[in-house]
Amino acid sequence: MSPTLIQHALLLSLVLFAIGVVGVFLRRNVITVFMCVELMLNAVNLAFIAFSRAWGNLEGQVLVFFVLTVAAAEAAVGLAIIISIHRHKDTLDVDAFNIMKW
Amino acid sequence: MSLSPLQQELAISVVKVLVLFNALLGLFSGMTYVERRVLAFMQFRLGPNRTGPFGILQPIADGIKLFFKEELTPAGANKFLFVAAPALAVVTAFLAIAVVPYGGSVTLPRWGWMPDWLEGRRIVLQISDLDVGVLFLFAISSLGVYGIVMAGWAANNKYTLIGGLRSSAQMFSYELALGLSFVSLIMVAGSFRIHDIVDSQAGSILHWNALRQFPAFAVFLVAATAEVNRTPFDLPEAETELVAGFHTEYSSMRFALLQMAEYINMITASALAANLFLGGWHFGIPGVPDSPLWFIGKMLAFLFFFIWLRGTVPRFRYDQLMHFGWKVLVPVAMAWIFVAAGLVLWRQS
Amino acid sequence: MSLELFHAILFYAFAAAAVAAALVMVSQRNPTYSAFALIVTLVSLAGVFGLLGSTFIAVLQIVVYAGAIMVLFLFVLMLLNVRAEDRPPGGGRVFMLVAIALGAVLAGEVGSVLVAARTPLARPFDASARAVAHLLFEAQYLYVFEATSILILASLVGAIALAKRDPGP
Repeated sequence: MSPTLIQHALLLSLVLFAIGVVGVFLRRNVITVFMCVELMLNAVNLAFIAFSRAWGNLEGQVLVFFVLTVAAAEAAVGLAIIISIHRHKDTLDVDAFNIMKW
Repeated sequence: MSLSPLQQELAISVVKVLVLFNALLGLFSGMTYVERRVLAFMQFRLGPNRTGPFGILQPIADGIKLFFKEELTPAGANKFLFVAAPALAVVTAFLAIAVVPYGGSVTLPRWGWMPDWLEGRRIVLQISDLDVGVLFLFAISSLGVYGIVMAGWAANNKYTLIGGLRSSAQMFSYELALGLSFVSLIMVAGSFRIHDIVDSQAGSILHWNALRQFPAFAVFLVAATAEVNRTPFDLPEAETELVAGFHTEYSSMRFALLQMAEYINMITASALAANLFLGGWHFGIPGVPDSPLWFIGKMLAFLFFFIWLRGTVPRFRYDQLMHFGWKVLVPVAMAWIFVAAGLVLWRQS
Repeated sequence: MSLELFHAILFYAFAAAAVAAALVMVSQRNPTYSAFALIVTLVSLAGVFGLLGSTFIAVLQIVVYAGAIMVLFLFVLMLLNVRAEDRPPGGGRVFMLVAIALGAVLAGEVGSVLVAARTPLARPFDASARAVAHLLFEAQYLYVFEATSILILASLVGAIALAKRDPGP
């Protein structure tokens, strides 16, 4: 596993993160925005693993383990919230939930 | 010609893949015939016995028929996913076989006509010996849900969608119980490699996990039958229910691919049961040498057991199925994990 | 062909699949197609993790992310019967270009730092399940592990409480 490959893995992580950020800006469906957030989390996981390989330190793997677990918990709660707001307003457009605007 | 070590490994793996792939396809077509005949005898009728002596050519007739049928795509169906779903189902079914060992390791004899990197080489009878083998199986069975969900959704049909959702909900509910039943085996063997789990059962038949860890075996039997959508858990694809479940709209070769995926999953479940619980390629009586033949025999016995179940037991209703999976199997598996952990610690102290 | 070249070919194949699927995910209008594209990204990333030596985390990624979280997403999408989204009314073009430009600026900034820094090392390590488990259960992460299990319990209870229908009068 050569060092350039690890650098390219970090670049891949960056590209995926940027795509996730653009997705969060552009998409109008709540579930798609949520999926772009999951993509960003995965890019961060890749960065952790690449650095763990670079330094030979296993703590990166443990952190990825925890990020996986917390992402699962967050996805469950987030989707439950999405279900309940859909039940309330029957739409999944992010711009429709604006009753708290002045 | 001299090959680098990497190319040697790749060449040996390619040969193993070809052999195993063809053996699986042969076993699949044999299974379709054997199932129909054995089920028929259990139901006091004859099965197919016209095509060829004793109906042996029936799988070939089925194959030819399916090949020439018209391939229909429903209007409004998403063409890409409609075609991709059977392919995904078959790919995940075959991927699981890559980590199932069917023997120990063989050392090639020195015959003199083979290239010198093959002479006397020790070959492990497994396509890929991962050190996280059991977890890989669990991962591939999680991916198997997608073929069904995609097939049910892409056909643009309410009934297939409900059938697909039901089937995938059943699959991932019982996957949890399946994974928990593996945990106690991993604890006793101390490793995720399937070879190590098989070798922890070496010795005598009393060391087999089916006897030493009977609750895990019972949970595995039920959960594996539900995972492969076999009776008594085949409500999502029963003809009297939602037409044919998620594969209603499929015809001809795509239907054949979905059936192939189901049978290959069944074969993988039998191979796993033979390896993880029945001692794999060890015979059971000390003194008899290990051989892949014992493994194949146990796997075939398990396949017969699946057919036997189908001929004997009525199917579960869907809410009974989900209740059983979550409220009975998962607590039993978890309780056994605690007991097994206690026993392992007690034996170590 | 050497092992290095083989690793490099596999890595670029997985990386290309991950980026292509991520672009498909962001650009598709129907959220169900985006979900399937995200699954492809997750599985490709698991391949990259395996190439970087962490087979345990790679398999866990498939089991947890691609096998459980995305199934949850797909179920919610199919049960809520989500249709493809429509174009936003007016002024969508400019907003899209500005968003893509901002993403490119982010990538460019961090990328320039990454490229200018010295290339990382590649120290060999043993990322087997046993080594990771030692850190999790015997070394300093035991407390965090137990706290995470309480977190999962809280999210379980919360998800059920949020998504329950109110029983009628």
